[in-house]
Amino acid sequence: MKYMLSITGFFLSLFVTSQLSATLVDDLLQEYQKAGASGFDAARGEALWKKSFPDPKGAGKERSCTTCHTDNLRNAGKHATTGKAIEPLAPSVNNKRLTDRKEIEKWFLRNCKWTLGRECSAQEKGDILLYLRSQ
Amino acid sequence: MYGKSWTSVLAVVVIGVAATVVADDDDRSGKGKLDVAPVTNQLYTDECGVCHFAYQPGFLPAASWKKLMGGLADHFGENAELPADTAKTLSAYLEANAADKSSYPRSKKMAASLKKGAVPLRITEVPYFAKEHDDIPARMVKDNKQVGSLSNCAACHSKAKEGSFREREINIPGFGPWED
Repeated sequence: MKYMLSITGFFLSLFVTSQLSATLVDDLLQEYQKAGASGFDAARGEALWKKSFPDPKGAGKERSCTTCHTDNLRNAGKHATTGKAIEPLAPSVNNKRLTDRKEIEKWFLRNCKWTLGRECSAQEKGDILLYLRSQ
Repeated sequence: MYGKSWTSVLAVVVIGVAATVVADDDDRSGKGKLDVAPVTNQLYTDECGVCHFAYQPGFLPAASWKKLMGGLADHFGENAELPADTAKTLSAYLEANAADKSSYPRSKKMAASLKKGAVPLRITEVPYFAKEHDDIPARMVKDNKQVGSLSNCAACHSKAKEGSFREREINIPGFGPWED
């Protein structure tokens, strides 16, 4: 009985987590729409995710989201400078992802500036969120 | 008469040797005392430790933490901006537990080694730290893929996270223990 309960609890928590992330991402998409974006597209998000941008430090180097997160979101990544491990971003293998609004906003701000050299637009953030959620 | 005084001399010598052995680790004073206060702030571990080793606040003076927290948009070439409320909480923690506010032995040494008015942003720039690491060859650190930099404390200091940096706890990946 106790075993059944814990199994049920486990699946219930998975369900609740996925529902939370679904609601949060939908909320954010709505906000991005209000900020002028429209018609979000996961494929466009993926293209931006994999696009290379010049490294401001020069020397012909490039940066992209995949520099640290690798080109498979189900894999762990690695911080480009410190080498510290980054847990997988794909919600399908890491159910903590896309569940915390503050985290999402913090990393969009930091990492868009690092990678693109500027903040991402509402459109870009929405496209990327859809792409991440699909993984 | 002579016998007795030789015994006391011997005792002094023995005690002296024993004390030296206990204090082999860079003259640690209290037995079992950590080198720096371990990190106890979960927000700090979560926010800062996600990208790099969560350096104990006792490695830099308060003025350094203040300056560093004021420049997170260019944090050694990375953008590490934080929401204002988070930054404020972390700054208060860092400054209250800074090297110049700590009674832990290595924190005191770090603080004491600074030139008056010096506000280093890197722990590696603190004179005491530099002196302690100056004889380690590049092949063990910079050119060692498993270490990469002196900023990667836990790569070699097996109890770094706990705030213990004793020499006997050093294990350099690919090289092993370190004897000064």
